[in-house]
Amino acid sequence: MSSWIIAGTALGYLLLLSILAWSAESVRKKGKSWINNGYVYALSLAVYCTAWTYYGSVGRAATSGLDFLTIYIGPTILCALFWPVLLKIIRICRTQGITSIADLVSTRYGKNFSLAVLVTIFCVLGVIPYIALQLKAIATSFDLLAGATGNTNQSIWKDSTFYGTLLLTVFILFFGTRSVDAAEKHEGLIAAIAFESVIKLVAFLAAGLFITYYVFNGFSDLFQQAIAQPRLQQLFTLQETNAYTSWFSMLTLSFFAMLFLPRQFQVNVVENLDENHLKTASWVFPLYLFVINLFVIPIALAGSVLYPATTVNPDLYVLNIPLDQERYLLSLLIFIGGFSAATGMIIVETIALTTMISNHLALPLLLSTNRLHQESRRNLSAVVLWVRRGSILLVIGLALLYDKLVAEQYSLVSIGLVSFAAVAQLAPAVLGGLYWKGASKNGALAGLAAGFICWMFTLLLPSLAGAGLLDNSIVENGYFGVAWLKPDALFGLNSLDPVSHSLFWSLLLNSGLFVLVSINSQKGTRETFQAELFVDFLNKEKFETEPAVWKNTASLPALRLLLQNFIGTDRAASLFQKYANRHQIPLNTTTADPRLVQLTEKILAEVIGSASAHILVSRVAKAEELSMEEVLNLLRESQQIMELNKELKRKSVELTRATEQLSAINQQLMAMDEVKDEFLYTVTHELRTPLTSIRALTELVHDNPEMPETQKTEFLAAVVRETERLSHLITQVLSLERFESGKHSLELQTIQIKGLQEEALSDIQPLIQQKKLRIEAHLSHPYELVELDPALIRQVLYNLLTNAIRFSPESGTILFEANVSGNHLEISISDQGKGIPAASLELIFDKFYQAPNQILKKPEGSGLGLAISKKIIELHTGNIKAENREEGGARFIFMLPLSQTNH
Amino acid sequence: MPEKKILVVDDDPYILMSLEFLMQKNGYTVVVARNGTEALQLIQQEIPDLVVLDIMMPDIDGYAICEFIKKQSALRHIIVIFLSAKTRESDQRKGLELGAAAYVYKPFSTRSLIKEINQLLQ
Repeated sequence: MSSWIIAGTALGYLLLLSILAWSAESVRKKGKSWINNGYVYALSLAVYCTAWTYYGSVGRAATSGLDFLTIYIGPTILCALFWPVLLKIIRICRTQGITSIADLVSTRYGKNFSLAVLVTIFCVLGVIPYIALQLKAIATSFDLLAGATGNTNQSIWKDSTFYGTLLLTVFILFFGTRSVDAAEKHEGLIAAIAFESVIKLVAFLAAGLFITYYVFNGFSDLFQQAIAQPRLQQLFTLQETNAYTSWFSMLTLSFFAMLFLPRQFQVNVVENLDENHLKTASWVFPLYLFVINLFVIPIALAGSVLYPATTVNPDLYVLNIPLDQERYLLSLLIFIGGFSAATGMIIVETIALTTMISNHLALPLLLSTNRLHQESRRNLSAVVLWVRRGSILLVIGLALLYDKLVAEQYSLVSIGLVSFAAVAQLAPAVLGGLYWKGASKNGALAGLAAGFICWMFTLLLPSLAGAGLLDNSIVENGYFGVAWLKPDALFGLNSLDPVSHSLFWSLLLNSGLFVLVSINSQKGTRETFQAELFVDFLNKEKFETEPAVWKNTASLPALRLLLQNFIGTDRAASLFQKYANRHQIPLNTTTADPRLVQLTEKILAEVIGSASAHILVSRVAKAEELSMEEVLNLLRESQQIMELNKELKRKSVELTRATEQLSAINQQLMAMDEVKDEFLYTVTHELRTPLTSIRALTELVHDNPEMPETQKTEFLAAVVRETERLSHLITQVLSLERFESGKHSLELQTIQIKGLQEEALSDIQPLIQQKKLRIEAHLSHPYELVELDPALIRQVLYNLLTNAIRFSPESGTILFEANVSGNHLEISISDQGKGIPAASLELIFDKFYQAPNQILKKPEGSGLGLAISKKIIELHTGNIKAENREEGGARFIFMLPLSQTNH
Repeated sequence: MPEKKILVVDDDPYILMSLEFLMQKNGYTVVVARNGTEALQLIQQEIPDLVVLDIMMPDIDGYAICEFIKKQSALRHIIVIFLSAKTRESDQRKGLELGAAAYVYKPFSTRSLIKEINQLLQ
């Protein structure tokens, strides 16, 4: 086939991609998006399937059987862990403005600069062979199709690889560096990548279907022919002694590769538009892997059957078979499929590496020189873009170089595995950093360095030696001629295949040092802070309300200028304004709010990486890093404040309750006070009345010596009586007070009821006679004994009897009854008076109560008699009440327990 | 000049006794009432020049009687002096607001009381 047709097709394909990418971006500018869905996201993840898959899997299957599959099982397992692992990484990167795997590691360990550099160098060295692999695949497939022999001694200008690469570079330069903000999505590129994933799948399926159903008569025919060859039987079983370890190491490698390969990080994390896409991708992506691998074994078997001699490179079976069948159009499609697999990888990988190189190597270098610093007033975004473009050229150039010098000697898969083993070294630092707060910067540095060196000695250098670039004796005799330093058998471990061997030692040293050094090293403040943020990220959404832990002081104009230099005046202003509005920060101050400093650093980090951004911002902002103790104090203080707050709330609730109780008690007290006041007032009023008479009468006697003797005697007699009344009143008040305050104790005696009655009646005998009244006494158990304070009960009886006498009509009868029922004595005293108004039956026991509507004032008595009687009965744990008799008149009844001790 | 007539109202017989003596001694005609009902009756019947009025009485209190006097044009001119054991300021204020000429606390001085009455009746 003519080289021109092939090259023209490839060029046309690239043009198609460009148009697609360009259209996607213009759609984006209109506010829509072609790629904002889970399927496109899953297809972009399929950039995992490179030329290695497209050509190499068949080659691997043809030589080693089923173990090519492990490379796809690893990512499939990861899909199950998308949610806990990848989601966490995506969220962290989004909130911290992280744009590369190197940035992730550096940010986690306190935005450490050395780590960013180390990881970047490591990734570049590790991944360059992988890019070279893609270039090699394009070239060999091109040469096969064009019928060229692939002579490496040709001049570089006639090399198909070179032209293809040149075209691709232009494409990447155009679509990869359109925006200065590395965190901004490459909408066009992702659309192109997703499209490429479709093309490579369709092309590979077409090849598989053609070979299985056209060249052979379906699967059974193919398998029967293959089984017939003993050479091929071994491919279906695991026969090698170390097959299981090999499977395991491949699985581990591919698992880590899916996470840490720079291009995977780019599509998985940086280009992720919506974390919900992970849900779709977690089943679409494994399905894609399954479908694309469906025909790998059939094609490998077909190739092995058709080309028993090893003259044909198994990596190219997929292209060779249709070509031999003279199906040129199909061959061209298959070539384009492989081309798309390779270019997709190169594009994304280059962009990912470029971000790292420019942000972590080139820009810091430039920024640290004074010249650029002085020119920082100029628009720096142009500088950033040019650094990126330079980086792209550097990456592609290095890949070309590796392809020229080394790749010729190796199969596609073995080159790819070198890269996989390299990125696997990131596992301890990244995963440890995500889930272990104790992971430290020094641990990560030590582990990475050790893993890197080990990887270099066991995989990279031998591959260079194999290519004749180094003395091959290191492979045969070990480094420096020391046998236990043989690259494929360190310390005599020679039972593993080279990749498993390298992985074993490098990861062992890497994670071992990572853990040991982390445990034994002191962590800085920033590092501790970042560790907290990363590890607790999914639990606590700390980032949204990140406290101003850094006491940054910066001049606002300087900060604004810095940001303008990188992202332009308008965008800087609008971002500041938006942020200030949301957090209510004044923008008219000269000193910037610490949060604005943080914002600036985050935005800059998206442009130039967190380490560089940190350096730049610290230059403007005099960042006083808080000491560990200060940070802990801050955290502790806020903790304490929260606790205090809680305590305060609790206390205030208690206080409210106490206040309510107090005010209730106070009201009660006030009411009691009122009662007491009222009582005192009434008492003084009652005392004033006899006093008034006494004073008036004595004054008159004194002032009127001419007063007739009889009148004088009358006046003085009245004075005497009023004096008696006064002293009686005082006695009553005092005794009532004594009863009420509980100061009075009963002087109990046991007496006969009859005795009690006789004494009471004898007290009132004169009054009875005076009013010509009759007393009738009825005692049910006259000799029953009752325990009481005789003096007090006698007082009660006296009060009740005098009341009865007072209200009895002339020659009326007073009834005295005493009944024993159960263990109670009930005494009632009845008169034949006009009775008590119903409303007053209870009130009459109140102090100074006087029934209303009486024409005459009580002639004698203090108004306290019934109140005192009630108190006395209550002291005996009895009760007293008044009632009106049916036959007319009032009756007072009180009940006492017979004994005071066992009631 | 005909003798001025004074009505003395109190439910305490001894006070009544002393007041009656005091007024007569100073040349006034004295009428006594032992409760509110009697007082109202005597006021309308006798139309005294002055009433010495107790407040706390079992049937009708002194305030009501004073109010009654001051509401009737025929009686309004009657001078009222409260004589009471109610010694709160509010009690006194209430009495004076009802139109009484004086509010005298019990126990009272016969000398200053009669001086006050003499002045009021001049």
